[in-house]
Amino acid sequence: MTDSSMALAVEQVCVALGGRRVLRDVSFCLEAGEFCGLIGSNGSGKTTLLRAILGFVRLEAGRIRLAEQSTGTGLIGYVPQKIALDPGLPLRARDVVALGLDGARLGPALPSRARTARVDEMLQAVGALEFAEQRVGLLSGGQQQRVLVAHALVRRPRLLLLDEPLANLDVRSTAEIVALLRRLSREYGAAVLLSAHDMNPLLPAMDRVVYLANGSAVAGRADEVVRTEVLSSLYGYHVDVVRVHGRVVVVAAEASEQIHAAVAHNPEHTTAVP
Amino acid sequence: MFAAFMAHAWIVATMVAIVAGAVGFFVVARRAAFAAHALPLGAFPGAAAASLLGVSQLLGLAVFSVLGVVAIARLQRGERREVASALWLALSLALGTLLLGFSGQYVQSIYGLLFGEVLGISRGQLEGVAALGVVALSLLVLFARPLLLESLSGDLAAAAVGRSPRLEWVFLGILALSTAIAVPVVGALLVFSLMVGPASAARAFTDRPWRSLAVSVALAVGTAWAAIALSYLSNWPVGFFVGVLSAACYVAGRLCGRGIVAQAA
Ligand SMILES: Nc1ncnc2c1ncn2[C@@H]1O[C@H](COP(=O)(O)OP(=O)(O)O)[C@@H](O)[C@H]1O
Ligand SMILES: [Mg+2]
Repeated sequence: MTDSSMALAVEQVCVALGGRRVLRDVSFCLEAGEFCGLIGSNGSGKTTLLRAILGFVRLEAGRIRLAEQSTGTGLIGYVPQKIALDPGLPLRARDVVALGLDGARLGPALPSRARTARVDEMLQAVGALEFAEQRVGLLSGGQQQRVLVAHALVRRPRLLLLDEPLANLDVRSTAEIVALLRRLSREYGAAVLLSAHDMNPLLPAMDRVVYLANGSAVAGRADEVVRTEVLSSLYGYHVDVVRVHGRVVVVAAEASEQIHAAVAHNPEHTTAVP
Repeated sequence: MFAAFMAHAWIVATMVAIVAGAVGFFVVARRAAFAAHALPLGAFPGAAAASLLGVSQLLGLAVFSVLGVVAIARLQRGERREVASALWLALSLALGTLLLGFSGQYVQSIYGLLFGEVLGISRGQLEGVAALGVVALSLLVLFARPLLLESLSGDLAAAAVGRSPRLEWVFLGILALSTAIAVPVVGALLVFSLMVGPASAARAFTDRPWRSLAVSVALAVGTAWAAIALSYLSNWPVGFFVGVLSAACYVAGRLCGRGIVAQAA
């Protein structure tokens, strides 16, 4: 990979929180425009990895390199996990996107035609123009997710990190958001790293997957990584990768203990495993 | 009530209300109402100490407000803001009690500090309030956008600059400044009501942040003016009307806000 197309390089990263190793020796690369799923069950270290990339947690070892343009300037788009938008806050969807553009700047926000145009363009791109004037805390989960994606993308970052953006969405919104992110990452040439506990909605869109278990990771194309041998070696015990009804399920061999929620938590998904 | 001796009261109340309404917008947005209660009340022993030592009350308030900011911001690292605020409040009130024990002579002025004495404002005090008010408002304008972004989400604010923006210090600093100017006028017990009542009502009347801030300022100024007028006419204390009218703003906002939520649902 040439350095110019590199959006993110994570090199042998180790992170400890509260005296516990949460990430060990995690390595992978992302190129501009790539769409990558960060898959792992609860507590596997997805949020920690994303926060390490953002510079919020100290690395114990290893290093994280970002594309030239995004170093130092904080130009990483970020949609945090489970962000609770206060319905009392007088803030329209449009204001949230505007805050993504220049919310960190000092001084009053002077209205300008260019600024409004850029916010409108971004709202349009995520399909949020219809509810642009509504209070953001009162929008539905799927609508809020679109607004937050617009907030994160409006400065045209080379890298977009999303922490479980699909967690509270119904099947239809999930598919819509995945398709939207896939399209935007190509259009804007931004690498997307999206964490999820269920890889199935991402399978059609993912160029690459980083699979986390107990703080260790394997990375590669989905068909290379999501395999019985590879995941068994990652987990350290035998697991089976089963494909049923077009869905991928990872199950532990012994007992019917389901080690990873490849099966959707969403009741509207059909569950492939007893 | 527009006689010359009332002029200072009108001017100073207007200035304090403008600052309280504007700062209050961020107090409510950041859910820091308790800190807005603990800082003024915790600063009041500072004014008591100042009058005991014979120095300016404003100075005493300022020193104790700053101490409060440092205490709350530091304690907050391990604890939540409510806990940090409560600890500071307990400490400073204990000190206030001690000061009270040392001298009985300032018992008369204690009433003024707790409930305000808008009618007894001197020219010098007026100038002090104006100067500090301008500083507080300038800081607020300077940090308005980052503070609003952080109210939306601390993580989003941190992602925008690549590190934690440390705005809590700025915010508590502005809160302390407005505390120092407002306490002698509306009193330590009532600063809080003037900050929280109008601001929480304002968020129900509009969905636009800066418009909501403007509404908050307007409601706070309206509350202060109405309180002075009613106090003049009835001869009841100004503080009583400030408290009651602020609470009325809050209730009106809640009722109106429920209307908005019902409409959206
Ligand atoms: N501040 C912290 N102190 C100690 N342990 C933590 C802290 N934050 C997270 N952890 C632990 O690190 C592990 C990974 O957490 P996290 O990155 O949130 O996982 P995920 O996002 O995949 O659910 C979990 O076991 C969690 O308990
Ligand atoms: Mg997580």
